[in-house]
Amino acid sequence: MANIAHLLGPVELETVKLKEIINTVEGTLLTKQLKQDLDIKTCGAADLMSDALSLMKPGSLLITGLVNLQSIRTAEMADLAAIIFVRGKIPGPDAIDLANELGIPLIASHIGMYELCGRLYKAGLVPTMH
Amino acid sequence: MPEVPQFTKIQELIYELPIERVMKKNVITVSPETSILELKETLRINRISGAPVLDNGRLVGIISIEDLLKALLEGDLHSPVRKRMTTHPITVLEKESVVEAVKKFSQHKVGRLLVVNEQGDLVGILTGGDITRGLLEAISLDYHAEEVRRYRASHIFEDIVSDQTSLLLKYKVQAHDFKSGGTASSKLKRALERLGCAPDTVRRVAISAYEAEMNLIIHADQGGEVIAELRPERIRLTFVDRGPGIPDVEKALSPGFSTAPNWIRELGFGAGMGLNNIKRCADSMKLESKVGHGTRLEIIIYLRPELGEEFNPLKRNPQESS
Repeated sequence: MANIAHLLGPVELETVKLKEIINTVEGTLLTKQLKQDLDIKTCGAADLMSDALSLMKPGSLLITGLVNLQSIRTAEMADLAAIIFVRGKIPGPDAIDLANELGIPLIASHIGMYELCGRLYKAGLVPTMH
Repeated sequence: MPEVPQFTKIQELIYELPIERVMKKNVITVSPETSILELKETLRINRISGAPVLDNGRLVGIISIEDLLKALLEGDLHSPVRKRMTTHPITVLEKESVVEAVKKFSQHKVGRLLVVNEQGDLVGILTGGDITRGLLEAISLDYHAEEVRRYRASHIFEDIVSDQTSLLLKYKVQAHDFKSGGTASSKLKRALERLGCAPDTVRRVAISAYEAEMNLIIHADQGGEVIAELRPERIRLTFVDRGPGIPDVEKALSPGFSTAPNWIRELGFGAGMGLNNIKRCADSMKLESKVGHGTRLEIIIYLRPELGEEFNPLKRNPQESS
């Protein structure tokens, strides 16, 4: 049978609210209480910022173990929605200040990269990378 | 202005705007022992249609012009307000959003809501008119801020007439200053937003500028410069440094090739993907380098007016060549 998916127009992806994401990853919001109702559809994980910059769609959630200022800058340049830091890593105050200034929510989670990706995949976030 | 975004803006505001921002704060109140006759005067002088009833500062009820009319019809002018008031007034919390008030208005069919703080003290009064006024004010403030942001930048171009107008922005990048990495690109990104550039174009410029800025920080031993030349039809970014230079440009362009030290890799860069990323974002790219002299990277990103992407301010120039 012919594939007719392309005739049906773009598929409306389901979205997940930022506060649900924080619950799912048992995370803590490090930035000001902003954008809790933000709808997020797509997600990607990267420790290499060039990968995040080239592969992630605007509005995506970034999962990373990289806690320096450059992860915040990457989110700024690529118009990413928010960042989750895995395995209990917490960025320095300068990174948190910059994220507050730019309005990018930062979330810290004690869960490791593999499990955290699995949880968010199950929660309905779609891979941003292709 | 298209209607749909306006509508969502109002929806957004109804959820965001706290009641305390739109309520009337100086509430005229009466005591339970005030007579109906005195109440009539209070309402008339202050041109209001109702008042909360406070007993020693404690909210005990509300009395409206309808209650007054009924009392007048029955000739009950000298009895106290206490006998005629509604004892369980509908209240909302000052910190709640306007949407809660809208819900209560439609649920209880009342003309006014009393606003209280968490301790239950009366802090304000709210009518449907207050909500409308508050929303309109918030929208016009928002719209005004947007106007100021966009048009202040574009004024530079308005009175300038030339055969070709372009805007040149230059940013300096310090060698090995990893902490500041991205500040030049961040400023450039904001400048393009203020000039009314489309989000997709801004993103392509920001990503390529950022990768190239990181390259200057990592490799150029005396730092370098980011130069953005903006024209109505395209943006040209040039990144220049004075060394050390790239021995084999061909090789530098192949994906995964990198000469970055390990500590840079630990910081999330230096995997040899930067130039490829830049190439993907750009419409054209040129890399020239001479060992001992320096490197010059030039990329061009065209605006796409067919998709509604253009620099409005520059485009407005009537002398534009055809």
